[in-house]
Amino acid sequence: MRAALLIARREVGFYLRSWTGYLIIALVLFLDGFLFNAFCVSGSKLSAQVLTEFFYNASGVTVIAAALISMRLLAEEHQSGTINLLYSSPVRDHEIVLGKFLGALVFLAVMTLPTVYMPMMIFLHGKISWGHLAAGYLGLMFYGAAALAVGTLASALTKIPILAGVIAGCSIGVLILTHWLARVTERPLSEVLTAMAFHGTHFPPFQQGMIHLRDVVYYLAITYVALFAATRVLEARRWR
Amino acid sequence: MIEVDGLTKYYGTHAAIRDLHFSIARGEVIGFLGLNGAGKTTTLRVLGCVLLPTSGHVTIDGIDIARDPHEIRKRIGFLPDSPPLYNEMTVGNYLTFVAELRGVGRSEVARRVAAVEEQTAIREVNSEVIASLSHGYRQRVGLAQALVHNPQLLILDEPTSGLDPVQIVEMRQLIKNLRGAHTILLSSHILSEISQTCDRLLVIQSGEIVAQGSEEQLAQRLGGAAAIEIELRGDGERGRQLLASVAGVAQIELVRQDGETALLRCRPALEAAELRPALVRALVGAEIDLLRIDRAASQLESVFLKLTQTKEAA
Repeated sequence: MRAALLIARREVGFYLRSWTGYLIIALVLFLDGFLFNAFCVSGSKLSAQVLTEFFYNASGVTVIAAALISMRLLAEEHQSGTINLLYSSPVRDHEIVLGKFLGALVFLAVMTLPTVYMPMMIFLHGKISWGHLAAGYLGLMFYGAAALAVGTLASALTKIPILAGVIAGCSIGVLILTHWLARVTERPLSEVLTAMAFHGTHFPPFQQGMIHLRDVVYYLAITYVALFAATRVLEARRWR
Repeated sequence: MIEVDGLTKYYGTHAAIRDLHFSIARGEVIGFLGLNGAGKTTTLRVLGCVLLPTSGHVTIDGIDIARDPHEIRKRIGFLPDSPPLYNEMTVGNYLTFVAELRGVGRSEVARRVAAVEEQTAIREVNSEVIASLSHGYRQRVGLAQALVHNPQLLILDEPTSGLDPVQIVEMRQLIKNLRGAHTILLSSHILSEISQTCDRLLVIQSGEIVAQGSEEQLAQRLGGAAAIEIELRGDGERGRQLLASVAGVAQIELVRQDGETALLRCRPALEAAELRPALVRALVGAEIDLLRIDRAASQLESVFLKLTQTKEAA
């Protein structure tokens, strides 16, 4: 675990020492701010509805950020040859994957934190519950973590970060689209697809201020399975 | 310290190395010599626990690398052909990170980093960002990361690759200074480097070891002991006749006579020890001016070419 934390610390350091990290933060803040202004605060709405729409928009931005953050995690290590440092050190493959993921998750949290000024602005003319706010941000973190894990798996599959980003984007896109696919299919397939839907089924309760155990378990399961698969991919690379 | 038995590694259907057998004793400096694509890097990557073998056994200190690679990684320092550096970090931060990753105790980290920076002469760039370093410094930082946890076994894959002549000499000296403290495996296709740095050579060709031994042993195996070149001022023929009578000289020839300067090549008898002092004494005794005496520079090269050509022909 110590090795995973060391790798995570270095990963966070990379984003905070390079322009890449600040570019991603700037992009996220711009998109969140733009969408908040354009869609959330326009017209006459209840405060809770404004907050719900903010989390809906923020989830889209978070998933884009997760794909951008995760695409280089392992692919760049392979591309630059620094993976040899990790492979030849007394670090287990699951610690490499966990360290990379944790580093990216901490950066995602650091990046998400400054967006809190937007919900705070609602307090100027309305009233929202702190529970709603906390549940929404918790949901964003679970949702972002699952997207990051899928991105980490994509990054383990290739040596080219951009390609990893494309694979991550497509994979998350497919998971999101299952919600729409469920509408045009018959039972029981539609029920399976609905249960699998990355956003449409499991995120709305969070954005409305509710925390359901099934949604938490779903995002944790996606995270675990993706990280487990990434570890297996890393192990398999040693045999190739 | 290292026992390799039947080591084979396939990439798909291509055997990068095939049925390698060799042993390495503690404290030895071993050179892997081979052309590009011969299998040197694959062998070192397997020994460095970066890759797992397709078949065969490798034990380091009695531990099988396929069964407990984690334990072995604590004992090795690995410098790949391209140093594994994080460009955005400073040298000091990078080495601290590597030391912690390799399990150096917290109280020891600063001392080990300072020691290894001193050892590899990179103290003055401690605060510099790695991206701004020259190729020579990057290679030294790569060596420092392999050394920072004071490993028993040091694996260096082409450590002088891409360095200029001055940097090659400096790197060679650095490696020589490590002799005794570590068992060292290094690979190169630069023959003189292997010759000057290693106790023993493993010549690898098309994934197989075609010869192993010291430079002299390899030269003897392929027809003769190490040749000595002698450059003198005066009559070359007179020098040749004089040196032919020195005990231990099997053969001596006059290579050329350029005016006042003559070049002789002497081949010692197989069992002969170091002949150069006796040759110098004979020349000085006869009042012949000696300009240069050295082992023939092309010796290892010819051994290498013979070995690899033999294999190709087979």
